[in-house]
Amino acid sequence: MAEAGEKLRLLFQKEGRAVYISHLDLMRTMQRAFPRAGYALKYSEGFNPHPLISILLPLGVGTESQCELMDFSLTEGAALSELPGRLNRALPEGIAALSAYAGGRKARELKWLRVSGLLEYDRQTTEAALPGLAEFFARKSITIMKKTKRGEGESDIAPAIREIAFRPGAGGVALEAVVSAQEPTLNPEQLVNALRQLAPELAPDFAAFRRLEVYDTKMEVFR
Amino acid sequence: MDKRLKRILPRVQKPARYTGGEYNEIIKDKADVDLRVALCFPDVYEIGMSNVGTRILYGTMNALPGLWCERVFAPWGDFRTELKQAGIPLYALESGDPLSEFDALGFSIGYEMAYTTVLDMLDLGGIPLRSEERPGLLPLVFAGGTACCNPEPMAEYFDLMVLGEGEEADNEVLELLRQAKQEGWDKPRFLRAAAEIGGIWVPSLYAPGAGGAPEPKAGAPERVTKRIVRDFERSYFPTAPIVPSTEIVHDRVNLELFRGCVRGCRFCQAGQVYRPVRSRSAARLTEQGIESLKNTGYQEITLSSLSSSDYRGLGELCDGLMDYCRPRSIGLALPSLRADNFSMDLMRRVQAVRKAGLTFAPEAGTQQLRDAINKNVTEEDLLNSCRVAFAGGWNNVKLYFMLGLPTETDEDVLGIAQIANDVLHEWREYASNKNRGVRITISTSCFIPKPHTPFQWAAMVTREEYLRKVRLLRENIKARNVVYNWHDAETSVVEGVLSRGDRRVGDVIYEVWRQGGTLEAWSDYFDYARWEKAFASFGLDPAYYTTRPRARDEAFPWDRVDMGVTKAHLWREWEKSQAAELSPDCRAGCAGCGANKLTGGVCDG
Repeated sequence: MAEAGEKLRLLFQKEGRAVYISHLDLMRTMQRAFPRAGYALKYSEGFNPHPLISILLPLGVGTESQCELMDFSLTEGAALSELPGRLNRALPEGIAALSAYAGGRKARELKWLRVSGLLEYDRQTTEAALPGLAEFFARKSITIMKKTKRGEGESDIAPAIREIAFRPGAGGVALEAVVSAQEPTLNPEQLVNALRQLAPELAPDFAAFRRLEVYDTKMEVFR
Repeated sequence: MDKRLKRILPRVQKPARYTGGEYNEIIKDKADVDLRVALCFPDVYEIGMSNVGTRILYGTMNALPGLWCERVFAPWGDFRTELKQAGIPLYALESGDPLSEFDALGFSIGYEMAYTTVLDMLDLGGIPLRSEERPGLLPLVFAGGTACCNPEPMAEYFDLMVLGEGEEADNEVLELLRQAKQEGWDKPRFLRAAAEIGGIWVPSLYAPGAGGAPEPKAGAPERVTKRIVRDFERSYFPTAPIVPSTEIVHDRVNLELFRGCVRGCRFCQAGQVYRPVRSRSAARLTEQGIESLKNTGYQEITLSSLSSSDYRGLGELCDGLMDYCRPRSIGLALPSLRADNFSMDLMRRVQAVRKAGLTFAPEAGTQQLRDAINKNVTEEDLLNSCRVAFAGGWNNVKLYFMLGLPTETDEDVLGIAQIANDVLHEWREYASNKNRGVRITISTSCFIPKPHTPFQWAAMVTREEYLRKVRLLRENIKARNVVYNWHDAETSVVEGVLSRGDRRVGDVIYEVWRQGGTLEAWSDYFDYARWEKAFASFGLDPAYYTTRPRARDEAFPWDRVDMGVTKAHLWREWEKSQAAELSPDCRAGCAGCGANKLTGGVCDG
């Protein structure tokens, strides 16, 4: 049972058609789903009140996730055990609440992200691509050009990749990796970007990713 | 989902508008469905999903057992290119099935600039554009919406048009189509039977006659009268509408207070063709509003109608809604306020949560011209309203005007600048907090004469004359706190042609589409040169449709469409406008417009 105004955290997944909902639109969707489920989100004070919710690691459009975290507070007490079920009846297709709990660890303690991905090749077999991929990501440094707010800059992404493995998957090469989620942030799309820049013959024609789990610096599951 | 689409969606702008899957979307089992309807809106998702009419029809059609109505919107340019490159036909959001799998495609057309988009959507769906190129019964391609009150420009493309309100007539057409499909009728038989349904216009039953007015072929009705919902109080309203997962233009609950308008502004097509006035009770509207908020989770509700402050039960409704909204931080917005009956008390009540800007539409700069257009608002009304608003802490006022109205002189144009100055003066005198500054926005658009209005006989100003008026006004708006925006002239010329166009204009629309024209209501895609070329290639002069004054006895392309208000009434109003004579609003005195015949004599008036 959570008390009114208590800091709460929601674990949810986002997949299927919902992966095309952008971060900002997801915030709006959540703001509306809570009242539909009969929960009143706590609002900010002031001239233009808005619900006090925040989603920990904004997810890119097109990426699935089973480990999204959102902070929120309610204006009244609520039974947390029944919250996911009620919320799920009010959420659009593809978004599902998995659990809700009080508190949660500080966002800055989140460090690693486990992702899976599928690299699709139109012009070569996955078997042909596999050895080259493993070899490429075994390099000590992988320096790519990245667009930043201040223009283009060089960046070595190798230290931000803690683990990476490839195997044959359905319709392409399956990838599983643990990458740095914060400081620095490595968007899994950058793995494909690195191939395009440094080993174009290995670059897939399409890649899609799924977030599997988030961890702290010690690789303990982050909640 | 199509594998090709999965690759395309991440690289186009706002992909969530192309996927469906929103909350409250209606999904049916195809095994239980024997008639599939695509409700097509010839603009992008954000515009189409903001349209209350479309949402009503989605609900009324899906209420029919065995019928599944899905939504189709126009793709933005990036996604359109990708679809064409990949060879993916335009599809409906609910099932993802291409247009060619539907039994009927119904287009909702609120504005003429959407015509080329209609053709583009048909083409993207692999559907032949012209009615005669679709000899089979299916798919039926039909249309409804305000633009259909002049059926001629799009006559070659649609199999039939629904005149007036569609929530009852559409279902009658679709039930007939279901019977025709089951019994194997051919298309001519179906269309003849459909023409027997009230409000249904079948373009192929008419040939273009002298001066562009259609002539009925053997057996076709002489005139077709639009449909209305007689019992508006009890008619369907969608209280569980789809909640888009991406931001749309009107991203809130839209409550429809009433249909029609008591005012009779002579330039306003909606004010004439939506008559007679029918409203819902405040008690029912309060219920519908609260129900809609519960079902959508929206944090804002707006009271929409042509002139919401003319709604008799406005105070009661606002109080009822505010009791629900205030504790939940839900905002209540009141658009389309009139400056003459604006109530500060009301504004205070509804703006308890958020303080939005105020918008008024005096439409013209002098009393003389406001009288000519029958906009019963005085400058005193406007200044009073601004005074109380400034005193109450508002500091943002938007004022809408038109340039090029019949009888307009330069003095009328300069009057707009004067009003801006006077409003600014009110702020200086009465603002409760001057530290926050003030912003007064003046917007002008070019007046476009519309069918079924007293100004249907009027000459539109030339592009050059409109721009001269814009310059004149711009040079005379000097205050720093006043911002002046004007609508571009070329779009207005095209809209002017399409509005009062005849069947020949249909070829121009086709040619513009063929040269790449679509989403022409967007400045991103509008190309005037393309229209000029197309007019020239058919030997048509836009001026014939726009700047030419009409004689009293001219037969119009829309004369066989009866929108309720009689041509005799419109002519009386036209003559009064020339003398700058006012007509009272319906409640102060019935002017005998004729629309009450549609309800058997009753009118909210």
